[in-house]
Amino acid sequence: MHESILVYKGFRWLKLSVAMVAVAVLAYAVHRPEVGPPNGGTTLGYVLGVWGLGLILWLAWFGIRKRRYGVGKQNLEDWLSAHIYLGLGLIVVATLHTGFQFGWNVHTLAYVLMIAVILSGVFGVAAYARYPDLITENRRGMTQREMLSQIAEIDAKARELSVDLGDNIHNEVMRAAEALAFGGSAWRLLRGREPDCPAARAMRRVGEMAMDLPKADAEKGHQLLELLARKVQSVERVRRDLSHKAMMDVWLYFHVPLTFALIAALTAHVVSVFFYW
Amino acid sequence: MAEHFKVAIIGSGPGGMSAAGRAAQNGVAHVLLEKTDHLSDTIYKYQKGKLVMATPDVLPLRSPMDFAMGIREDVLGIWDRQAAELKINVRFNAEATKIAKGDKGFTLTINGKETIAADAVVLAIGLQGNLRKLGVPGSDNHPRVQYQVDDPDEYSDETIVVVGAGDAAIENAVALAKQNKVIIVNRSGEFARAKQGNLDLISKSLDKGVLDCMYNSAPVKVENLSGDRMKLTLKTAEGEALVECDRIIARLGALAPRAFVESCGIQFPSKDPTALPELSPTYESNVKGLYVIGALAGYPLIKQAMNQGYEVIEFIQGNKVKPADEPILERKFAALLDRYTVDELLHAIQKTIPVFSGLTVLQLREVLLGSEVHTPQPGDAVFRRNEFTNTFFTIFEGEVGIEINPDDPNERVPLGPGEFFGEMGLISGRRRSATVAATRPSVLIETARREMIKLIKSVPQVRAAVDKAAIERQIRTYLAPNLSATYMAEVMSTAKLRPFKAGETVFNEGDPADGIYLIRNGSCTVSQRLAGREVVVNYVPAGNYVGEMALVRDRPRAATVKAAINTETVWVEAAHFRMLMDHMPELRHEVEKRIGAMIMQDEEISARPETGSLIEALVKEGAKEAADMLLIDESLCIRCDNCEKACAETHGGISRLDREAGPTFASIHVPTSCRHCAHPHCMPNCPADAIHKSKDGEVFIDEKCIGCGNCERDCPYGVIHMAYAADEKPGLLSWMLFGLGYGPGEDKAAALGEHHGAKLAVKCDLCKDIEGGAACVRACPTGAAIRVRPDEFFSLITKAGP
Ligand SMILES: Cc1cc2nc3c(=O)[nH]c(=O)nc-3n(C[C@H](O)[C@H](O)[C@H](O)COP(=O)(O)OP(=O)(O)OC[C@H]3O[C@@H](n4cnc5c(N)ncnc54)[C@H](O)[C@@H]3O)c2cc1C
Ligand code: HEM
Ligand code: HEM
Ligand code: SF4
Ligand code: SF4
Repeated sequence: MHESILVYKGFRWLKLSVAMVAVAVLAYAVHRPEVGPPNGGTTLGYVLGVWGLGLILWLAWFGIRKRRYGVGKQNLEDWLSAHIYLGLGLIVVATLHTGFQFGWNVHTLAYVLMIAVILSGVFGVAAYARYPDLITENRRGMTQREMLSQIAEIDAKARELSVDLGDNIHNEVMRAAEALAFGGSAWRLLRGREPDCPAARAMRRVGEMAMDLPKADAEKGHQLLELLARKVQSVERVRRDLSHKAMMDVWLYFHVPLTFALIAALTAHVVSVFFYW
Repeated sequence: MAEHFKVAIIGSGPGGMSAAGRAAQNGVAHVLLEKTDHLSDTIYKYQKGKLVMATPDVLPLRSPMDFAMGIREDVLGIWDRQAAELKINVRFNAEATKIAKGDKGFTLTINGKETIAADAVVLAIGLQGNLRKLGVPGSDNHPRVQYQVDDPDEYSDETIVVVGAGDAAIENAVALAKQNKVIIVNRSGEFARAKQGNLDLISKSLDKGVLDCMYNSAPVKVENLSGDRMKLTLKTAEGEALVECDRIIARLGALAPRAFVESCGIQFPSKDPTALPELSPTYESNVKGLYVIGALAGYPLIKQAMNQGYEVIEFIQGNKVKPADEPILERKFAALLDRYTVDELLHAIQKTIPVFSGLTVLQLREVLLGSEVHTPQPGDAVFRRNEFTNTFFTIFEGEVGIEINPDDPNERVPLGPGEFFGEMGLISGRRRSATVAATRPSVLIETARREMIKLIKSVPQVRAAVDKAAIERQIRTYLAPNLSATYMAEVMSTAKLRPFKAGETVFNEGDPADGIYLIRNGSCTVSQRLAGREVVVNYVPAGNYVGEMALVRDRPRAATVKAAINTETVWVEAAHFRMLMDHMPELRHEVEKRIGAMIMQDEEISARPETGSLIEALVKEGAKEAADMLLIDESLCIRCDNCEKACAETHGGISRLDREAGPTFASIHVPTSCRHCAHPHCMPNCPADAIHKSKDGEVFIDEKCIGCGNCERDCPYGVIHMAYAADEKPGLLSWMLFGLGYGPGEDKAAALGEHHGAKLAVKCDLCKDIEGGAACVRACPTGAAIRVRPDEFFSLITKAGP
C-alpha cells in the first residue's frame, strides 16, 4: 500500500550508507600507514575504529529509542531504515579498521560477534518481509484467540456427539482434547507442524472405529469425523500461525543478547589496546 | 374518599426526592411515589462501587439533601438517611399508572388500582423508562432471570440464554460467551435492529461458533430443575424447543416514558424522540399544575435535578426563587451587565435574535448556559477556514464579515445584529468553509453544538430558520459565491433539502438527470455496474456535490449514488444549475475539471474492480464519516504491538487501540481505534458534556467524564472502553536493567485486580497533546500503521491497489 522500510523515503539511508562506505574505502585506498601493514593501530585505523564503535553504540541505542514513545521528531520507521542500512555499512567500516588482521584474540571475537549480530539482523529483515503476508493469509480474518475458542467449541461439540458412540470413541475424543498442546520447545514452535498431532491421531482412529458403528449411529459417526477433520485444520492453522510469529521473533533472541556480548567484547578490545599495547 | 395531598411527586430520583425533601421541610402535605422498593432507581442500578460525579462544578447545590462526589453506596446511604430524617412521605412499590386532571386537581392511579388526589403533580420519572420484561410463566421475580449484566466476567462455566436481538443483547451475549456457553434467542429471522459494529460482531461470532443462535423463537415458559438449573420452553418455527440453562438474561429494551407522559396530556413540540416537553420558567407544562423536572425535562445531571426539585416546590408554594444557575449566567454575561439585568438581557436577546425568539425563557436560559459571550474588536477572527470547530454564533451587537474568497480577505459578506453564522460547520461536522472576522466592535454569542442540536430537534422554528439560511449559504459556498440576489432567489425557489437514510439511493444509474445534490452532511458512495456486478468507484464526503456529470453531458445518470450514512443534501434543479453554469464561467470551468478527473478515475477503477470492493469495505468500516482513520498494512505489520504499547505509554498506561481486533480487507486492516467521526455518535448522549471535537478535528474525552458508559454503547465501531487509570511506572531503564515494575504496555493494576478511582471512558485522542502527532504511527518500526484522512483516502487506495 505504501513504502516499506527498505525503500523508505527513496532509499535515503541506503544512499547515506553507500556514501559512508565509499568514504571509508577511499580513505583506506589512499592511506599509507606509518609503519607496517594497514591495521587498527594506524591513524586511519583509529579513525575507523572510533567510527565503527560509534555506529555500534548508536545501533544498540535503537533498543532504547524503540521504547521511548511519543518523543522525538522521527518516526521509528525512519530509525529502523537507518539502522538497517548503516548497520550493513558497518561491515565495511569495521573490516577496513582491522586491516584484515584477524587472529585468535578478543579483537577478532568482537568482530565475529558484530558479524553475527548483523547476520541475525539480515535474517530479521527477511523475516519481516516474508511472514506478515503469510500470517494474514493463514488467519483468514480471525484473531488467535478466536481460533483457539473455535477449537474449544469443536471439542465441546465432539464430546457431546461422541457420548452416544460407545466408550472407545468417546475416550479417544476426550484424550485428544486433553493431549492437545501448542508450543513446547522452541524447535516445535518454529517448525509449525506436528508429525504426531493428537488431533490428527484421534481423527484417524475415530475414522477406523466409526466403520464398525451400527447403522443407526453411522450418521453421528460421520458428523463426528467431520468435526474432527475440521479441528485438524484449525489446529494446523494455529500451529502455522504460532510458527510464523515465532519466525518473526526468534532472531531477536540472537540479535539482542549478541549485541550485549559485542559491547562487552568491544570494551575489552578497546581497553586492551590502550593499556597493553 | 381518596387520600388528598397538596403535591404528589412521582419518581424518587434526585429530582423527585429533593422535591419531596423540600416539601417535607416546608411542611407541605406531600407524597412521593416510587415504583421500585428503594429510592432513586437509576442511581441504584449504577455499577457497584461506581464513583458518582457531582458535575458541573460551578453549579451550586440547592437542596435539602446532600450530594457530593462519592461512591454510589455512600451517596445512596446519605439519601436514605436524610429522607428518613426529613420524614419524607414516600410510598414504595407505587407506580403511577395514570394522571388525570379534573376540576379540583389531579387524580393519580397507583399500580392501576388505587387512587389518590393532589392539587399539583411533579413528574420526575427520569428517562430510563420501563425495562421490557420476559413476562412468561415462571419468569417473574426469578432470581436467575435477569434484565441487566453489570460485569460479564462475573459469570463462568454456565449455560446462559440471552433473549433479544438489539445492541445490548448482542454485546452481552458475545461478552458472556468468553467464559460460558451462550445461546441467543431471537424472535425474528435476523439481527436487524442493532448497529453495524454489533451486526458484524454477532455474525462473525456465529460463523465461528463462539455462540449459538435460535432464530424465530419466542420464550413460552420457565421451569426450575434441580440445583440452579432451569428449563426454558421456546416456541419456534418447527414447534416447541426445550433449552436447559443456568441463567436467562433478557435484553428486550426499555419502553421510553414518552407515551406515559403524553397520556398525562403533556405536549411535545415535535415527533423527534429526543424532543423535550415545553415548559414555563417554573417547570410547569402545558397542563396547569403539572410540573416536569430532572432528566425528563432535559436536565441530564443529578445536581441539576436536585436543584429543580427544590425550586419546583418553592414555585408551587408561590415563592419566587432565582434559579440556582443565575450566578453562572451573571458570570457569562458580565460584559453586558452594566447595561442590563439578567432578565432584561434575556428579553433583549429574544427581541434582537430571531432564531431565539421562539424559545421559552427556560429553553433560552439553558441555551445561554451552554454558550459563551465574545466581544471581538474589528479585525479579530472569530474562527478560521479549515478549523474543525462546530459551534453556532449569533450576533447580538455589531457586525462581522464572512471571508468567502480564500485568496482575498477583503471579499466579505457582512452580517449584522440578529443574524447567525457557523451553522455549516454545525451541520456538516467538517471543516469551517470560511474565515469569519469582526468588522465592528461586536457582541457575539457562541452556542455549543449540543445545545443547538437540542434546539433544532425540539423547536421547529429554529430548524426552519437555520435550514433556510443554510441552504442559501451552501449554494453560495459550493456553487456560486457571487450570485446576485435575484438569481439566488430564483434558485432558492426550487432548491430544497433532501435527506437520505444510510444505504438509501440518491439516484440510480440510467435515471434521467433531474438536478444536482450538494452533500451538506454525511457522505455517499458512487457505484457502477461492471461486468454484471455493482462496483463502488468513488466515495464523496460532505462539502462536495454529485450529479453534475449527467446534467452537463446531457445523458442519463452514469452511476448510482447511495448515502453511506444518514446524509442531508441540498437539491438544485437541473434548469437552475444549467442557468448558473451559463452565467458563471468559473463554475463551468470547475465542473468541467471535475468531470475530466472523474472520467479518468472511472477507467482506472474499471480496470481494477478489486479496488472498488476495498473502498466499499472501508467506507462501511467508518471511512464514510471519519475525519481520520488508523489503517494497518498487514503486509508490513510484524505484529510487534509497539503501536499499542506506544499508545498505552503516552496515555496513562491504557492503550486506546486494539491492533488485532477489527476486520481486514485485502491486507488492509482496520484496527479498533477511533475514526474521529464528522458527527460523533458518542457525543450527544454524554450527560456530562465531556466529549469534544478540537479545532483540528480530534474527538476527545476530557476529565469531566462521569463514567456512565453511554458513549461506549453509542459508538458504532466499538472503540471506547471503560477503564481504570493505570498505576505509575518506573523509568524505562530500571525496567530493562533491573526488571522493576511493568514494562511498556503492561498494566500492573489490571493484572492484580487492584484499582483506584472510577472507571472512565477512554479512547484515542489522536495524541492531540503530544508534539509530533500520533504515537502509534510514530512507534511503528515498519511503517505499517498509517493515519488517513478522507480526502487522501481515495488516492491512497487507488495508488496502492489491494
Ligand atoms: C450509568 C449512568 C451513570 C451516570 N452517572 C452520573 C454521574 O456520575 N453524575 C451525574 O450527575 N449524573 C449521572 N448520570 C445521570 C443521572 O443518573 C440522571 O441525570 C439522574 O438520575 C436524573 O434524575 P431524575 O430524578 O430526573 O430521574 P431518575 O434518577 O431516573 O429517577 C426516576 C425515578 O422514577 C421512578 N419512576 C419511573 N416511572 C415511575 C412511575 N410511573 N411511577 C413511580 N415511579 C416511577 C424510577 O424508578 C426512578 O427511581 C448517570 C446516568 C447513567 C445512566
Ligand atoms: C574506539 C574504537 C577502537 C579502537 C581505539 C580500536 C583500536 C584498535 C587497535 C589499536 C588495533 C590494532 C591492534 C593490532 O594491531 O593488533 C585494533 C585492531 C582490531 N580491531 Fe579495533 N579498535 C576500535 C574499534 C573496533 C571495532 C568497532 C571493531 C569491530 C567490531 C574492532 C575490531 C578490531 C579487530 C578485529 C582488530 C584486529 C585485531 C588483530 O590484529 O588481531 N575494533 N583496534
Ligand atoms: C552491530 C550492529 C547492530 C546492532 C548492535 C544492532 C542492535 C539492535 C538492537 C539493540 C535492536 C533492538 C531490539 C529490540 O529491543 O527489540 C535491534 C533491532 C533490529 N535490528 Fe539491529 N543491530 C545491528 C545491526 C543490524 C543490521 C545490519 C540489521 C539489518 C540488516 C538489523 C536489523 C534489525 C531489525 C530488523 C531490528 C528489529 C526492529 C524491531 O522489530 O523493532 N540490525 N538491533
Ligand atoms: S507497531 Fe506497526 S508493526 Fe507493530 S503491531 Fe503496530 S502496526 Fe504492526
Ligand atoms: S468514539 Fe466517537 S468519534 Fe470515535 S469512532 Fe466512535 S463514535 Fe466516532
